[in-house]
Amino acid sequence: MTSSITNNKNTRHNSLRNGPDASGHFGIHGGRFVAETLMPLMLELEEAYNIAKADPAFQKELAYYLQHYVGRPSPLWHAKRLSAHLGGAQIFLKREELNHTGSHKLNNVMGQILLARRMGKTRIVAETGAGQHGVATATVCALFGLECEIYMGATDVERQKPNVFRMHLLGAKVHPVTAGAGTLKDAMNEAMRDWVANVENTYFLVGTVAGPHPYPAMVRDFQSVIGTEARTQIIEQTDRLPDAVIAAIGGGSNAMGIFHPFLDDSEVPLYGVEAAGLGLDSGKTAASISRGAPGVLHGNRTYLLQDDHGQITEAHSISAGLDYPGIGPEHSWLHDIGRVNYVSATDTQALEAFQTLTRLEGIIPALESSHAVAYASVLAPKMTTEQNIIVNLSGRGDKDVPTVAAHLGVTL
Amino acid sequence: MSRIKTCFDRLKAEGRGALIPYLEAFDPDRDTSLELLKQMPEAGADLIEVGVPFSDPSADGPTIQLAAQRGLKAGATLAGTLELVSAFRTSNDHTPIILMGYYNPIYRYGMERFCQDAHKAGVDGVIIVDLPPEEASELAPYAKAVGLDMITLTAPTTPDARLKHILKEASGFVYYVSITGITGTRSASEEQLKTALARLRSATDIPVVAGFGINTPEQARTAASISDGAVVASAIIKAMAATFEDGKATSKSIPTALEKIRSLAAAIRK
Repeated sequence: MTSSITNNKNTRHNSLRNGPDASGHFGIHGGRFVAETLMPLMLELEEAYNIAKADPAFQKELAYYLQHYVGRPSPLWHAKRLSAHLGGAQIFLKREELNHTGSHKLNNVMGQILLARRMGKTRIVAETGAGQHGVATATVCALFGLECEIYMGATDVERQKPNVFRMHLLGAKVHPVTAGAGTLKDAMNEAMRDWVANVENTYFLVGTVAGPHPYPAMVRDFQSVIGTEARTQIIEQTDRLPDAVIAAIGGGSNAMGIFHPFLDDSEVPLYGVEAAGLGLDSGKTAASISRGAPGVLHGNRTYLLQDDHGQITEAHSISAGLDYPGIGPEHSWLHDIGRVNYVSATDTQALEAFQTLTRLEGIIPALESSHAVAYASVLAPKMTTEQNIIVNLSGRGDKDVPTVAAHLGVTL
Repeated sequence: MSRIKTCFDRLKAEGRGALIPYLEAFDPDRDTSLELLKQMPEAGADLIEVGVPFSDPSADGPTIQLAAQRGLKAGATLAGTLELVSAFRTSNDHTPIILMGYYNPIYRYGMERFCQDAHKAGVDGVIIVDLPPEEASELAPYAKAVGLDMITLTAPTTPDARLKHILKEASGFVYYVSITGITGTRSASEEQLKTALARLRSATDIPVVAGFGINTPEQARTAASISDGAVVASAIIKAMAATFEDGKATSKSIPTALEKIRSLAAAIRK
């Protein structure tokens, strides 16, 4: 093994893994743009998290639940039929869809619920888009017997019915949010309103690497288990680092999780795939980096889809989990410094990738993850058969079957 | 001397607190909101908060959310709101105007340009809900350069040590968010307000006003007697919005809002 493989600790002075700074900034991005009512809470949360992070007992407890409840480690699957079909690089799928509840979301939720318990909070609120984070949150609330309130856009409630019912079964209360377009952005506003009104006993369990500091860093830390495992697994299977890593991006938690342990491997290109929706210039897109500008929303500065007057515009994607006008601040910084390539895939490309992967590998991917597979289908043919790509298969697609059927003109 | 300081000095001499009504710019259209703004001082407004509509008002309850949506639909922008204040200043040079809003429209407009244009328009202070002191240093120098007061927000959750720290640089007045929650929902009790004001008075010498959850004339009177002023927003908007037809102003809209302000002003002057 070369030193670049073994020396992956973020103790280097020039490491890209040391962010954010003490006040939660990644370059100009991140920060804590919250109302004063919440500010003391953010400071308290930061302190609680720092103590927990450094506490071996906390790490041991988290490791226990990740192994025995979440089902980690997740496999790294060499998708030979897909690779042969694409006729280029070998595709390795990081199987986050095999986690309990069917996506990477539980990695973060498990970490935060243990923290909430340490902080003595008895009530959990969360926002959700596709419902994956809502289901994961409702799941751990059931596991630990905590009150659970989920805010979900009314449009998403409609297009993700199976997940809504799942949350009900798990004992959570699901609040459909009708403000705005009734999607993730509006659910986030409403969850923040609940939190500010119930700060004493309530923990806001953020589902992605966005929001005020320390959420982006904390969620990234909890999700980095994906990249840490994938990095070890690809070396075990191929004796070297990969030639590319690809992940889909809404808020960006699965991408941040798989990218972070590779950030200092400068020879490994990283690709974050935004949802282009109907096309980057269609006006119906969710590609915040490609078509947005820096701004402040939901507690952090980051790239946002907005008009010239600073009003946030509605995102569009076939995938409810990517339908958000912003992106985690660390991604915005990684874009600014050029470490990660932010690309995009359209609704149509994602639908094609969904079907291709299902047919060739017997794995039904979430529409979110299908965007990553779609970009792999563009990149792999340009590479040699000796090169390797890791694609983060962040979630399974069972929840999307009705949506896909509708798009294919099939009545279930 | 600034309009804000002059205003609070005068009220102190009169021995009463301020009534600070809130108006959402362009709600439900530009001309109605300008007309209402112009008539507010005569109805008893001592200072006026002008809300800058934002697409994602995450600290606001349903009443102000809807007002912001109507304002945006009517074409509200930050530039348009500044223009509204300019128009108000042609006939009123003494009533302090405080802009209240969220950071993104200001950030997008440009921080230095905003402070200069706000000053030119006749704005006296600015309250930015989602710009805590920790992040405010990027805007503060530009505000200071033109004498625009950046109003510091405080909350029931703000610990004493933090109060002292964040109020060190406070100017104009201090805004006390009297409940943990969003606008136009629950209200603080008299006891809670008294306890909070004692904490605030020991941390600052500048005027402290209370807002959030002040709906009735009695609540306004209580708040303005314990603190140095009461902000009333949702109650006025709610009364006015009840007169709209299909989201449009009617002949009753402005009189209804002014009547609400008069009843609040009368209670404060009792």
